[in-house]
Amino acid sequence: MSDQLLEIENLRIALDGNPDQQVVKGLNLSIRPGQTTCLVGESGSGKSLTALATMGLLPKVLQTIEGSIKIKGEEVLTASPGRLRTLRATAMSMIFQEPMTALNPVARVGQQIEEVLEFHSDMSQGARKKRTLEMMEAVHLPDVEKMYRSFPHQLSGGQRQRIMIAMALIMRPQLLIADEPTTALDVTTQAQILSLIRELREQQGTAVLFITHDMGVVSEIADDVTVLKLGEVMETQQVEQLLRHPQTDYTRDLLRSVPSQVPRPPSPAASDEVVLRTEDLCKTYGGTGLIRKGREVRAAQDVNLTLTHGRTLGIVGESGSGKSTVARCIMRLIDPTSGKIMVGDEDIAVMKQSDLKARRKKFQIVFQDPMRSLNPRREIGESIIEGPLNFGVSRAEAMERARDLLELVGLPGSAIDRFPHQFSGGQRQRVAIARALAMDPDILVADEAVSALDVSVQAQVLDLLADLQERFGLGILFITHDLGVAAQICDEVMVMQTGKVIEYGPAGEVLGNPKQDYTKALIAAAPGRHWDFANFRPFSEAPASAATPANQS
Amino acid sequence: MTDQTNTAPGPAHPTALTKVREVVFSSPIALIATVLVTIIVLAAIFAPVVSPHDPVRLTPSERLKPPSELYWLGTDAYGRDLVSRIIYGGRISLVVGVGAAVFAVLSGLFLGLMAGYIRWLDAVLMRMVDGLMAIPNILLAIAIVSLWGAGLWTVLIAITIPEVPRVVRLVRSVVLSAREEPYVEAAIAAGSSTFLIMRRHLLPNTIAPLIIQGTYICASAILVEAILSFLGAGINPETPSWGNIMAEGRIYFQINPGIVLWPGLVVSVTILAINLLGDAVRDALDPRMAKRGIDR
Repeated sequence: MSDQLLEIENLRIALDGNPDQQVVKGLNLSIRPGQTTCLVGESGSGKSLTALATMGLLPKVLQTIEGSIKIKGEEVLTASPGRLRTLRATAMSMIFQEPMTALNPVARVGQQIEEVLEFHSDMSQGARKKRTLEMMEAVHLPDVEKMYRSFPHQLSGGQRQRIMIAMALIMRPQLLIADEPTTALDVTTQAQILSLIRELREQQGTAVLFITHDMGVVSEIADDVTVLKLGEVMETQQVEQLLRHPQTDYTRDLLRSVPSQVPRPPSPAASDEVVLRTEDLCKTYGGTGLIRKGREVRAAQDVNLTLTHGRTLGIVGESGSGKSTVARCIMRLIDPTSGKIMVGDEDIAVMKQSDLKARRKKFQIVFQDPMRSLNPRREIGESIIEGPLNFGVSRAEAMERARDLLELVGLPGSAIDRFPHQFSGGQRQRVAIARALAMDPDILVADEAVSALDVSVQAQVLDLLADLQERFGLGILFITHDLGVAAQICDEVMVMQTGKVIEYGPAGEVLGNPKQDYTKALIAAAPGRHWDFANFRPFSEAPASAATPANQS
Repeated sequence: MTDQTNTAPGPAHPTALTKVREVVFSSPIALIATVLVTIIVLAAIFAPVVSPHDPVRLTPSERLKPPSELYWLGTDAYGRDLVSRIIYGGRISLVVGVGAAVFAVLSGLFLGLMAGYIRWLDAVLMRMVDGLMAIPNILLAIAIVSLWGAGLWTVLIAITIPEVPRVVRLVRSVVLSAREEPYVEAAIAAGSSTFLIMRRHLLPNTIAPLIIQGTYICASAILVEAILSFLGAGINPETPSWGNIMAEGRIYFQINPGIVLWPGLVVSVTILAINLLGDAVRDALDPRMAKRGIDR
């Protein structure tokens, strides 16, 4: 028996077992006890499938056609379902991206953890509960007695992920498979979960197979890294080696695409023409009720912002900070409770929808999820010309322009009669941008417009936005949770927390020299902030002339 | 890194014809259901051609005959040929079935779109719908028929109205989930009017579930029509309809049980075939129902 805990050899997974449709192509991977291996790749690289195959959880349509997966020398692929169930709790276990959907919403979390013990041990009820509470303390949940009786919806995202980790580790498996466990979490929560995983690995000697797309996370947690591309291993290296000396072009490109935390120099103001200004913009949910006042939620409070011609204002914050509320108020997709929204010199905050329609030309939006922001039943051309048709442009003319716009955003004009499902995520986001541009807007609101994209595609879309901004003098309001992205594209940054503006100023100031504790905490939590990925070195080794890291505090 | 490469021209959107073919040949059951429904529909349309006898001519000398070469399934109490009456009865049943499905779907679609998109209307409309749903279908239908008197139109309306609430709920739920989609918000941002948003973005989402619901309504309407006729609250008793034939045959059950059993069998087979067809359409339009999943 070798000293490896997990050994994957020449793993091939194919759609319907068809060797011509391989999605994982001869993957080799091994993990020693107590080691953390990161499996990195973009969507479609097969990283999650590898994890599912290891757990014996591949969906029916996918079949392993070759290779072997051994845990502690025992073959997983040929194990009986009963044996697999035992292995899954005692030898390896898995945590998932979205802790809300991975937990049963109608059972108390304590019982869900205890259930694992019920199936896999012969502990008495008292001992089970004691062990569960210990485990909940080990993952640093507060007030565990109370937490034990809580339902998943009563916990925060980070707490739910802690419950998942407790559940996964309670039988002390030697291998924890973590499939993008922090992707759905806020950056500060992510930092806590990462440190928890590190801590548990040290205490319990658990090996971790960590799947992620985020190089920042990799630099924080990995011992070894395996880079995957379309089902093939590009390279496997020790983490520092990989970040310093990537062997393949693919890895190099991947690292170069990681947005740097260093704010870019602000673009020269083309003019100081203010295109958008809000004054004391507020949005309150609830608080009304016929008999009794409901609970008020102040989603946005006294937001004052100014966006000038040709510049980018970033609104950054964690979930629930109110950044999207502000964007949706400005688009008048929701009605603000009070305050002014000045587009040019007109206040659109209280304008009737019928009057608003004529003004909608001026401000357009690009949404986060390019899968859902285009009507799947309509050809993309139809989606692009919808706006212009509403404003009386003739169909032929609108189509002609749509073709030009497609080319402008880097797609062939001939693609105009295709349907959204025929495009990749990045291409769809380009289509969505073309649709917004079809109206010749002065203001473009990008609501997490690159968050759903792979990092290399994200870099391309950001470049496209910058290019279009320069060409058309667009004022861009860029909503993001990713400080790296904000640093890369914004001239000015506004930091929001629970509906309030915490800090607002030039990007270099806010991100480089933050005044507020919250902003400092956000920056400190950003994974990989010590690494200058694009130059393959830590910031601390940067030549003195180059830009210094955002903040090392 | 290959974001800008050309996508291979994917499969073109299937035309209506290929879609129909796909449904029909999706499974042996779908094929059998289609064949059965086609036979029943053709028989009803060409009733004057395919019926061996006149369905309403009284021949007192031939009363309650058992099946013979002349009268394949025998005759009823007035000496009318049972086969011909069942074939002609199919006309009423199909008109009622298809009519009720079309009317229920159209009115339900209209009301559902309104309820789903116009918030203040929602509360009002849905309470009325809830009220209607609280009354059993047949009871409501009988009440309507007794109010306005029997007749094809009254029966059709009486069968349609109780089916509408279900369609309204279905359409409303589709609209409620679709209206939250970013592409609807993008349309709002593009300045599209409420009417355009409904037509372009919301209506197409309702079509698949409505086709499926329509087949079920059709089957259920045929059954309700037969029940109404059987209870004597349906079409004029002289007109052959499956329910009427059974109602008249009831008292002669011991002499010629075929008068009740054969139309009953035809009703069952028709409803079964239409329901199976509905299932086939559902599976074809929503493959998630049929496949996928981990089976451990």
